[in-house]
Amino acid sequence: MSSLQFDIAHLLAGSLVLASFMMLYQDRLYSLLNVYALHASVLALSVAWQAYVQAAPHLYVTALIALVFKAIIIPVALHRIIKRLGIHREIENVIGIGLTMMAGIGLVALSMVVMLRVTPGADALAREDLAFALSVVLLGLLIMVTRRNAVSQVVGFMSLENGLVLAATGAKGMPLVVEISVAFSVLIAFIVIGIFLFRIRERFDSVDVQALDRFRGERR
Amino acid sequence: MSFDALTAILLIPGVSAALLAVLPGYALTARFNVVATLATFLTSLSLFVVEPSSGQYLLVDDLNKVFIVLTTFVGFTTSVFSASYIHHEIETGRLTPTFLRFYHAMYQTLMFAMNLALVANNIGLMWVAVEVATLTTVLMVGIYRTHEALEAAWKYFILGSVGIALALFGTILVYMSARPVVGEGLDGMVWTVLVAHASQFDPALLNVAFVFLLLGYGTKVGLAPLHAWLPDAHAEGPTPISAVLSGLLLNVALYALLRFKMMLAVNPAAIAPGPLMVTMGLISVIFASLMLYRRRDIKRMFAYSSIEHMGIIVFAFGMGGPLANFAGLLHMTMHSLTKSAIFFAVGHIAQVKGTQKIADIGGLTVTNPVLGWGLMLGVVAIVGLPPLGIFMSEFLVVSSTFARAPWLTAILVLGIIIALGGLLLRTGVVMFGEPKGPTAPAEASYVPMFTHLALVAMAGVYLPPALVTGFTNVAKLLG
Repeated sequence: MSSLQFDIAHLLAGSLVLASFMMLYQDRLYSLLNVYALHASVLALSVAWQAYVQAAPHLYVTALIALVFKAIIIPVALHRIIKRLGIHREIENVIGIGLTMMAGIGLVALSMVVMLRVTPGADALAREDLAFALSVVLLGLLIMVTRRNAVSQVVGFMSLENGLVLAATGAKGMPLVVEISVAFSVLIAFIVIGIFLFRIRERFDSVDVQALDRFRGERR
Repeated sequence: MSFDALTAILLIPGVSAALLAVLPGYALTARFNVVATLATFLTSLSLFVVEPSSGQYLLVDDLNKVFIVLTTFVGFTTSVFSASYIHHEIETGRLTPTFLRFYHAMYQTLMFAMNLALVANNIGLMWVAVEVATLTTVLMVGIYRTHEALEAAWKYFILGSVGIALALFGTILVYMSARPVVGEGLDGMVWTVLVAHASQFDPALLNVAFVFLLLGYGTKVGLAPLHAWLPDAHAEGPTPISAVLSGLLLNVALYALLRFKMMLAVNPAAIAPGPLMVTMGLISVIFASLMLYRRRDIKRMFAYSSIEHMGIIVFAFGMGGPLANFAGLLHMTMHSLTKSAIFFAVGHIAQVKGTQKIADIGGLTVTNPVLGWGLMLGVVAIVGLPPLGIFMSEFLVVSSTFARAPWLTAILVLGIIIALGGLLLRTGVVMFGEPKGPTAPAEASYVPMFTHLALVAMAGVYLPPALVTGFTNVAKLLG
């Protein structure tokens, strides 16, 4: 592999981590969705580049799914749900943005240390990819933990799945079964979430998860 | 792929799910549900007679046969219980016929997904199956659409998805470690190939992979501190689903973990998975048994008891060795049977009394003697009093590990005793206290509950030699 190919792959995977960071400090649902669309587009580019570098045409399918489904359909649909529910107000963060960013930096450092240390045998591209992918997964978890709003938790979960796709495509020659299943699971997850959102609205007129917390089984 | 029993145990629930989604009328569909699960169970028994050949995607060996038969059997008895449970729910209007159709379709989809996870020879396919099983149960937990049910389903969905995502990351890492040895493509995910070559895999990568798999599938097993979804999901969903969750789905996740443990055991340079599992098992036992004392909801209480028992089972498998593995397998079987029997009883009790709150249920042995004594038998079994099956399996777990790790085993015994106190204290009033609440006789089918309890009671005094040899073989396989 030429060093240019490596650099571009590196750049794209790094951009994905950067996009995850951008999601961390969004305080409006619409802008969070826009950044998520950017996140998914970067993923699509990265996967397409991997397909080219690895000469694995089936990965183009994964890239296309990421572009069409994750970067366009889901953000648009969520946009409409938010409008319909009238919840485009600010997102409440559990902890401040400064602290969240610090935690994010810590998580990225952690995943670099862990992944680069355990994969000296693997080729450089796969190593970097895995390290970046783990960063994206952990940042996705962080988003889910620090948000109270159901929609932004879902967005956090989807960015986490993007990290998994990055890892799966970085692992050269991984059977297609998995890529399809990842895309498929996102689809199912979305349907599930859609149903839940509607039900939640029906019952609570709110998608703020804190509103749910009041009804905890033990505190009746 | 030729048509054999292996295909059939996937096809029957798969086709039934599609049919049940469109068939009208709950009396018909409930019966159809029972027939389908019975057919699956009988087919799974035939695996012992003719063993189908394993391929790149599906696999049958001694280990998963045990799990498949247990899954399909409890799936069958639960469907019988579900039929009478659902009848009551329709009458009281908690479920509408449309939701019922959905419920039955989901029930069969869950059976399909669990069977697929158990027979999958491809670690990617296994992951997909566990994910499908999770999603179907999420939908069923939320089926009542009350505040509590929605919160429980949401929590389960979020935590379950995170667990599942971590497990996928672990799966990808396993593939990465296998690639230099077995080459690119499908072989890198076929479990039998992986085990055959695992000794040459990069141990460092394998270690990290196992940590992710343990956290990921461990969430689904309900190990503390990853258990937060479990009590809510058990308490708020329909009771047949609580029975299937506790009795089966936790086992399926555990099975996935065991497969990876077997893979790591082949590689001498990788970390021993045992100590990690033992630690998580013990934390679960102690934590869950302490939590039992302050429960106010009867289904939540038994959910915590499930965490405790999964802890014991993971402890036994973590200790490893033929004897402890045997004990772990036996305990898993006994727990599945007993816990689902308890949920059968609790389901009808909650229907009769119209509440799940322990404070509002009392004197069941007077008001509803059959249910009351049935529950008592189940509780006596689950806390591990002699001479029932769980006493036997817990005794085996303790005696097979005591010589090797006396202190750890002492902690385990302490946990079991704390749990015994908690469960007897909380359920004593329910069974023998002052009679409370409505006293109408239950329209219940007692057959599934007493079948399970009879099996558990029998296992306490006599284990069929065929079962013992079967379990011994599997225990050796587990290493």
